[in-house]
Amino acid sequence: MTAKSAAGPVLRVTGRGIPLRGDDIDTDRIMPARFLRATSFEGLERHLFEDDRATRPDHPFNDARFAGAAILVVNSNFGCGSSREHAPQGLARAGIAAIVGESFSEIFQGNAAMLGMPCFVADHATIERLQTLIEQTPAIGIDARVDSGAITAGALHLTATLPGPQRDAFLSGQWNPTAMLLDRFEDVRAVAARLPYLNRFEDVRK
Amino acid sequence: MAETLFQKVWNAHAVRALPSGQTQLFIGLHLIHEVTSPQAFDMLRQHGWRVAFPDRTFATVDHIVPTDSPRRPFLDLMAEEMTTALERNCREYGIHLAGPGSATSGSPATEASGWSDDQGIVHVIGPELGLTQPGMTIACGDSHTSTHGALGALAFGIGTSQVRDVLASQCLSLEPLKVRRIDVDGRLAPGVYAKDVILTIIRRLGVQGGVGFAYEYGGTSVDRMTIDERMTLCNMSIEGGARAGYVNPDETTFAFLRGRRFAPEGAAFDRAVTWWRSIASDTGALYDDRVTIDAASIEPTVTWGINPGQSVGICEALPSAAGDPAVDEALAFMGFAAGSRVEGTPIDVAFIGSCTNGRLSDLEEAARIVRGRHVATGVKALVVPGSRRVGREAEARGLDEVFRRAGFEWRGAGCSMCLGMNTDRLEGRQVCASSSNRNFKGRQGSPTGRTLLMSPAMVAAAALAGKVVDVRSVLDEVPA
Repeated sequence: MTAKSAAGPVLRVTGRGIPLRGDDIDTDRIMPARFLRATSFEGLERHLFEDDRATRPDHPFNDARFAGAAILVVNSNFGCGSSREHAPQGLARAGIAAIVGESFSEIFQGNAAMLGMPCFVADHATIERLQTLIEQTPAIGIDARVDSGAITAGALHLTATLPGPQRDAFLSGQWNPTAMLLDRFEDVRAVAARLPYLNRFEDVRK
Repeated sequence: MAETLFQKVWNAHAVRALPSGQTQLFIGLHLIHEVTSPQAFDMLRQHGWRVAFPDRTFATVDHIVPTDSPRRPFLDLMAEEMTTALERNCREYGIHLAGPGSATSGSPATEASGWSDDQGIVHVIGPELGLTQPGMTIACGDSHTSTHGALGALAFGIGTSQVRDVLASQCLSLEPLKVRRIDVDGRLAPGVYAKDVILTIIRRLGVQGGVGFAYEYGGTSVDRMTIDERMTLCNMSIEGGARAGYVNPDETTFAFLRGRRFAPEGAAFDRAVTWWRSIASDTGALYDDRVTIDAASIEPTVTWGINPGQSVGICEALPSAAGDPAVDEALAFMGFAAGSRVEGTPIDVAFIGSCTNGRLSDLEEAARIVRGRHVATGVKALVVPGSRRVGREAEARGLDEVFRRAGFEWRGAGCSMCLGMNTDRLEGRQVCASSSNRNFKGRQGSPTGRTLLMSPAMVAAAALAGKVVDVRSVLDEVPA
């Protein structure tokens, strides 16, 4: 799957899983800075976790059992650090359509949402169970529902959450907001017309 | 009702509530650079969108540009390509670019004819030019955009799709943040800097403690800080998980802004001050959380691990592993024994620069320490001014000579070895004493390179000694 280019509702994500254990996995590790040396996002999937994979032969993204997975399962503070969209772009281009984790950096979670990639949140114990299940049964199919946050993997039924506004944007298909932001442009002009610093502070009274 | 600066500025910029429940927020100032913008312009072209407010976007080059030679075309072909793409995009859409022009000769910092005098790290030049002002909303495709909060702005790091949104609509779709007030009270001891304060805050609250929050910094210690120091503080808010950080505007802020190129002039400046005062948090404003830090308890601080929360005071021992996998992983990567000390760790590279600590006051403090001394044998030491203006002002004070004589390389302006996107990179397992902001694995360009974050003064002291030392022992011997 490549990154979605047009908005459409994201109601559920189904597919196999890939567990990636560890807290505080930053975007420099997801996509090292030298791969930002390009004017397009094309081909980023080839460099996903490149340095971690080189030093860890058992890295899940080296493991053929998880090839083609659509749902990445991570621990806490995933995607911290740099705001580089190259990180979720690389994941999306590698076929990851949703992430389930204990917590995410806000910028990463927002960047992923802009690509139609939900980042579900669940507690530590739930994530551990899901990671262990996938490690034991890599071929197991996972179904993650955006509306209820219900995640099913075989006999395992879990509940996760999405930030409310993100969830609603996925369901309505408005996760890619540019058109919506342009929708009532007269309102934007009205704000610009009353902001003191865009108007030489002329209406400011003592 | 008493409100915080966050609430006032957010409300002043809210266009409408979107159907999703997010807020459409007007962005008063958009800063762009060569690395996270080209794809955004391509998306604009694909959709046939125009730039909505071209005069509210300001561009520069910082991330990939070389700092060793200003000549065009750059020897690094990708730096040339990305710079050319930004030049083309800015021309096509009518955006002001403080760029490298077409210099074909000249030395790095000042003599490069053709370069804009204003070029530099985006978070250094915004405040320097007076583009950054209190009460603004600011966005930039870089997580350290939080820096601009030092002047009382709400500033957000964004991804490239959001850069596209701001270009197309001058707006972002965002959810409001909670506000945590962090009071730093009391006096910092000599040899303890804003960098040590923010490293201490991150260590105390954790690298994800700020997720969902904006950090409002105050207290008697912050009140006394210069704008440069406040920028160091706000810059690393994101390393604590807080997307934004700010300090309420005060007399220090107004004095900093007066006379800057894009600041209001004359009567407009006086009216601006009135408005700027009005957007500061009210006495009695309610915060979602409050934390107090005792300034006097802070020591010169150094990171020992692989995230900015893993730090110790220079006199402290490193944690013992005790089965914590995060500690084990960090100690193993860094090559430290549990319970050992960071003081005395030999270094290979000393880097003074970055949007965290690449301003004139940082260079002055480092120069005070290295003046008349020499970098230890075998240490590669470089000073990369945060902007060309910082470089020029440092040269006017003779600091370039101080650094050169001491064995430092004196460079042009850019991000350079903070993230190793240009040719300045660590090699192999080198250890770098760095005034930058991130010690992530691989951050400085070598997958196995090791970063020790500290204040510029501590970097200077480490460069001279060839190992991590307590800057306080060095300061005793230098004139004030």
